[in-house]
Amino acid sequence: MENRAPIIEFSDVSFKYRAQQEPTLKNIDLKIYPGEKILIAGQSGSGKSTLAHCLNALIPCSFTGELTGTLRVCGEEPQALGVFGMSKMVGTVLQDTDGQFIALTVGEDLAFALENDCLPQDEMKKKVAEVADNLELTPLLSNAPGELSGGQKQRVSMGGVMTLDVKILLFDEPLANLDPATGKRTIALIDELMKKEDLTVVIIEHRLEDVLYRDVDRVILMDQGRIIADKTPDELLAGSLLSEHGIREPLYISAIKAAGAEFDASSHPQHIGTMDLTSCRDAVLSWYRETPLKGEKPQGEVLLSFSDVEFSYDEKRKIIKNVSFEVREGEMVALVGKNGAGKSTIASLICGFLKPQKGSIFWKGEDLAFYSIKERGERIGYVMQSPNQMISKPMIFEEVALGLSVRGVPEDEIRKRVEEILRICGLYPFRNWPVSALSFGQKKRVSIASILVMDPKLLILDEPTAGQDYMHYTEIMEFLLDIREKLGVTIMMITHDMHLMLEYTDRALVLADGQLIMNDSPAKVLTDDEVCEKAYLKRTSLYDLSQRCGIETPDDFVARFIEDERSRRK
Amino acid sequence: MSRMISYEKKDTPVHALSGITKLIFFVLWCLISAFTFDTRVLIVMLCFGVAIYLIAGIRWKQVGGVFLAIMLFMTANLIGIFLFAPYQGTEIYGSRTEIAHLFGHYTLTKEQLFYEFNVFIKYFTVIPSVFIFLVTTDPSELASSMNAIGIPYKIAYSVEIALRYIPDIQDEFHKIRNAQAARGIEMSSKGKLLARIKNTALIIFPLLFSSMERIDVVSNAMELRGFGKKPRRSWYSRRPFGISDYAVLAFIVLFFAAAMIFTYHDGDRFYNPFL
Repeated sequence: MENRAPIIEFSDVSFKYRAQQEPTLKNIDLKIYPGEKILIAGQSGSGKSTLAHCLNALIPCSFTGELTGTLRVCGEEPQALGVFGMSKMVGTVLQDTDGQFIALTVGEDLAFALENDCLPQDEMKKKVAEVADNLELTPLLSNAPGELSGGQKQRVSMGGVMTLDVKILLFDEPLANLDPATGKRTIALIDELMKKEDLTVVIIEHRLEDVLYRDVDRVILMDQGRIIADKTPDELLAGSLLSEHGIREPLYISAIKAAGAEFDASSHPQHIGTMDLTSCRDAVLSWYRETPLKGEKPQGEVLLSFSDVEFSYDEKRKIIKNVSFEVREGEMVALVGKNGAGKSTIASLICGFLKPQKGSIFWKGEDLAFYSIKERGERIGYVMQSPNQMISKPMIFEEVALGLSVRGVPEDEIRKRVEEILRICGLYPFRNWPVSALSFGQKKRVSIASILVMDPKLLILDEPTAGQDYMHYTEIMEFLLDIREKLGVTIMMITHDMHLMLEYTDRALVLADGQLIMNDSPAKVLTDDEVCEKAYLKRTSLYDLSQRCGIETPDDFVARFIEDERSRRK
Repeated sequence: MSRMISYEKKDTPVHALSGITKLIFFVLWCLISAFTFDTRVLIVMLCFGVAIYLIAGIRWKQVGGVFLAIMLFMTANLIGIFLFAPYQGTEIYGSRTEIAHLFGHYTLTKEQLFYEFNVFIKYFTVIPSVFIFLVTTDPSELASSMNAIGIPYKIAYSVEIALRYIPDIQDEFHKIRNAQAARGIEMSSKGKLLARIKNTALIIFPLLFSSMERIDVVSNAMELRGFGKKPRRSWYSRRPFGISDYAVLAFIVLFFAAAMIFTYHDGDRFYNPFL
């Protein structure tokens, strides 16, 4: 491989954004060869997106700054060719596939780049048909984006850049908005396309385990603007660099390491299915036998219950079918399932944005139907995915106080309650700051604090950690655990993140096509093949590990590992 | 509302026309209607309008609601004209044929009635054509058609972008409104007007901010796929011209010319039956 010319070559590249003091990229040396699949991993702010933007010339053409060193992509200098010139070599698939869907229909969106290139219509139609066929989008050509699933939208995004016959595909966090099963399929699809179309692929993602599901040639680990490691996945997984630099290891690797087993790159740890476990099996088994499993936690009173709830927008298609479940005080519950399975609808029904056609929802035994949205809001807090969707006041104090002031709470009581909540949420030092001065994670806290100030008993969070790297994810989740302890609030989360559900929640409600198909501990859910398949979840790799080590009760193994991890985290 | 006057795929001669043809037809049609006050021309146009409406197979359900709303507005408008300019008709037609004295200085005249009748059918020549255009033209063809009649493609494409993202923003608006309602910020009719206006701001702010985020992504995505780099662009969904397109274009141009000549040959854009 080394004797071929690299398709991408960074030599001593540094970049400093105009508005910043410190360079974001520092002395990057990197060679990528044709046909390689490279994963760039790193925390937010590690410079991985900046590195990617150098490839498609968004840096320095759109995001201006100081670029030094030399960069060659396909033998050309991106800076000289500009974004448009580079778009013919490097196809960029953005994280937000909705935002990348520009035109009104699939066909037009696939043709978008060709239209801009002024290609005659008949050639364009031919090319679009070819790409659509490749990505299995042919039956959807006249569909609008609203009629597509997340996975389909992502295929359109890929197709939209592939029509230009690019040489390099660049994915910016391709898994962030997808349910686990769709994410897995995306990774498989990338693999197929690479082989069929002779592509070089660069993937930026911090969800390492999901990307490594298919072979990756090298992983570039970045931290603070530098390349920390440029290794094969096997080498990297055998070492400890990942966890040292804030990247989450695959769960089976964490488990093997927790068991104290030794392994090196030669045991090929990239795939749990084919990893050589001879050196680990005994250690894992004895760890399993020795790790105690604590008994079930005492259960609180029933706070919320659904009884045979049905909902539909029109008579034809029921969105929610006969759903019954209970949530007890102090629990942390995950609501999971693929996009469109009815998760958000359940949240809307609880908050009163929607009303069930049949069945009832009870709050401490009382029918919620008698409460208005505002009244429910005093018991049930709803936090949207992005804090920007919620924050409506310029100052932090005002924002947090808003819910109380519209309810006519006296001024001095507002001050007392807001200050107390700000203290609990670790925002007190910032109380007189404008919201705009905060980081994303802090804004998220503000949006949660502004709900908590109304003293709700149940907090519903929509994708609380979407798009966050491991460090920020941990920060948000530990924060939620903390407020659960301090305020005794019950928490319900809508999530796609299997790690989150496994690590933090006590119970998972699994929805598929509007039905509740499982209501059990996350360890049981994620070791149940049938349920995982139906709900587009991904079976945990801990299951495979336990199977391969000859443990007969995988859910038990998973539960022990998670408990062990939780106790070590404290 | 959003599902009302929206495009519906159908197989009629009107649907089969290219968007460009329909746009040119529509623009010229509206121009004629704006220029002429000749009752005869307007009546001919009205008949054509009804015929096209029938040919295009438009269902009342698609346009009925909006149509009735416009009717209401129009009635108010006609009454308004009478109240503010009760003798506009007599001024235009140069005669005064009284029918009845109403009250104060308001007297109903034949001229005024005829003038308002003209205003009324003028609306009726334009409104159905708007409906027909919107309901039979694939939104995907709109931008390319606008570009074809000389509007720069960057401006024309913004129409397409608007159509693309309006549903998303509506969706976002509903979500934000719900979340804010749960915090106690009510938008329902229960609240006082001033409070409602203030509360609207509390929804508009987050909507604006989340839309800004979106704009950033969209403009980057467009740039990454080469939008705006060339002076021209081609269009995937432009419908090729057929014989009927040329026929319709020839017709509307001739009709435009004829209507203009017919209207202005005596130097006055009004048809005066009172002479």
